[in-house]
Amino acid sequence: MEPHFLAAEATASGSRGLTITLFLIFVAITLAITIWASRQTKTATDFYAGGRQFSGFQNGMAIGGDYMSAASFLGIAGIIALYGYDGFLYSIGFLVAWLVALLLVAEFLRNSGRYTMADVLAFRMRQRPVRTAASISTITVSIFYLIAQMVGAGALVSLLLGIKPGTTFLGMDAGTAKVATIILVGALMIVYVVVGGMKGTTYVQIVKAVMLMTGALLMTILVLAHYKFNLSNLLGDAAAQSGKGAAFLEPGLRYGVEKAGDASATFYSKMDLLSLGIALVLGTAGLPHILTRFYTVPTSRVARKSVLWAIGIIGVFYLFTLALGFGAAALVGGKAITAQDKAGNTAAPQLAQALGIDYFGGSTGGSILLAVIAAVAFATILAVVAGLTLASSSSLAHDFYANVIKRGAASERDEVRVARISALVIGAVAITLSIFAQSLNVAFLVALAFAVAASANLPAIVYSLFWGKFNTSGAVWSIYGGLVVAVGLVFFSPVVSGSATAMFPEHDWHWFPLSNPGIISIPLGFLFGWIGTVISKEDDTDKYAELEVRSLTGHGAH
Amino acid sequence: MTTEVPSSSSTERYRAVQQSEEFQQLRSKLRRFIFPMTVAFFLWYALYVLLSAYARDFMGVKIVGNINVALLFGLLQFASTFLIAWYYSRYAAQKLDPLADDIRAKLDRGDVDGTDKHDADGSAE
Repeated sequence: MEPHFLAAEATASGSRGLTITLFLIFVAITLAITIWASRQTKTATDFYAGGRQFSGFQNGMAIGGDYMSAASFLGIAGIIALYGYDGFLYSIGFLVAWLVALLLVAEFLRNSGRYTMADVLAFRMRQRPVRTAASISTITVSIFYLIAQMVGAGALVSLLLGIKPGTTFLGMDAGTAKVATIILVGALMIVYVVVGGMKGTTYVQIVKAVMLMTGALLMTILVLAHYKFNLSNLLGDAAAQSGKGAAFLEPGLRYGVEKAGDASATFYSKMDLLSLGIALVLGTAGLPHILTRFYTVPTSRVARKSVLWAIGIIGVFYLFTLALGFGAAALVGGKAITAQDKAGNTAAPQLAQALGIDYFGGSTGGSILLAVIAAVAFATILAVVAGLTLASSSSLAHDFYANVIKRGAASERDEVRVARISALVIGAVAITLSIFAQSLNVAFLVALAFAVAASANLPAIVYSLFWGKFNTSGAVWSIYGGLVVAVGLVFFSPVVSGSATAMFPEHDWHWFPLSNPGIISIPLGFLFGWIGTVISKEDDTDKYAELEVRSLTGHGAH
Repeated sequence: MTTEVPSSSSTERYRAVQQSEEFQQLRSKLRRFIFPMTVAFFLWYALYVLLSAYARDFMGVKIVGNINVALLFGLLQFASTFLIAWYYSRYAAQKLDPLADDIRAKLDRGDVDGTDKHDADGSAE
């Protein structure tokens, strides 16, 4: 047992009251904003797009708040803390991905769409098949992502409330408390979305971005100060504490692992790394909750500005993850982290506690800093799940209900009412599924969401915007093709069955050797889009002229 | 409420704008930037991922203290991302936005085909 870990156990229950108080303050503030926002929400544009009145900086912050998820804060810090350098791969992929959004998607989407991703896809095509497909893939991606966030919340709670095996809190043991947390987070996100719509959700995301950046900056400074701002010493200490030496600072402990004497295992392991890398970089621009953020600003120029702000904010945050992850490896230690959470999701809050003990007067200081960072982590999760719930319920209401079922004849009021009901249903589904997926690392779950987004959504969006011949058949082929291949390969991968860490460890129906499907499913998504297009005689080039002129000039933008 | 079927006259109008010299110029300036740039940063990123998978010895070479090639390469990905974002915003503001504004203004004014030979010549590089 390392000394920090013993101290951690002693203070965890001491910080309980403070964590709960800080979290309740955040909830009270965000609920007040949500109620205020609900009074400003009158039209469908208010509900779906926050009235399109946000500035580039505000939306840049909100994008950061929407994007820097539990996977980024808890997941990446955890992977770096346990496996060293490999966690940094996530940070890099998640950041570079923003260039796809900046160069190929954000401005054109803003110019030619209205509320959802499908507005752009269906612009020049037959509405019902394309919107149905887009709605299904939007909801699938969002649910994957929602599960990741809620599992993260559940993993946190037993640490944050200091519930040790055999002890209880309010009559709940650790397992019950996890489930209760997932339900609480789910209920709050439903309230934010149903009551506050896009306006409320955006402000929740902005508040969260400020909190997360402040918290991460504080911890980064404390970690670096511990090593007299010598990064090399921090890395050296992390490597020494890990017991893996220099290998801890090099790629290969978690991804692309080389198994001596087993060439095929090594080959697949490296393929898995490439697959993950591709999925991370191509997924962002296909995430529905990110795409809908571009509609909340008045023009495509402001959309561009907001992406630039987002790249700055997100980039700086991912630099912080290096200090958080290696700091946790050095100051908390892998053994103490895995004792709390096998997947490493609690490394960042455990680091906060260790730093508090070091800097702010022993166990009281540890409790305070743990409580602050725990509240930040819950705020992080809430802001992201609200964004996801909003994006998927918008698609269900605007794409499926208004344009597929009602064929475009639904009244605005009716549509918004359905969107609110959808948020309730999607929230309930996400809560239920999350309860069954609690043992998976959240960064990994998010990587799956990225793979599906990159395989099903990105090909359709890029073809729609830049390829005149693309048509209904191509759009439907690329979305369903990419979606079915990506989800299917995951289903038959070692993530779902046939390995100790699988969702169903006692069963084995896996035959696909990789845990990330991207390297197969993303090229296939593009290929399906092309095949679907060339086998159909439908010609949308007249409508494409309008789409192209509007998307490049902003003429007629909503 | 989202399905607007354009009249044939508006279809012709968009066709005319799309064919206009000014729009073709905007289109090619845009595509000549975003496509090669996308390929470039993707290859640069792919190189990083490939080296992480297959060139472990090289990535493990220490440069200063415990800072190795892998860390430096990762930080260079950050730097290139910031740089490309900044460069694109400058390029767009200087080369794309004026053209797009001009075409949109004409469309909003209702000039039938959105072209104006003088403007198109005047704004050429």
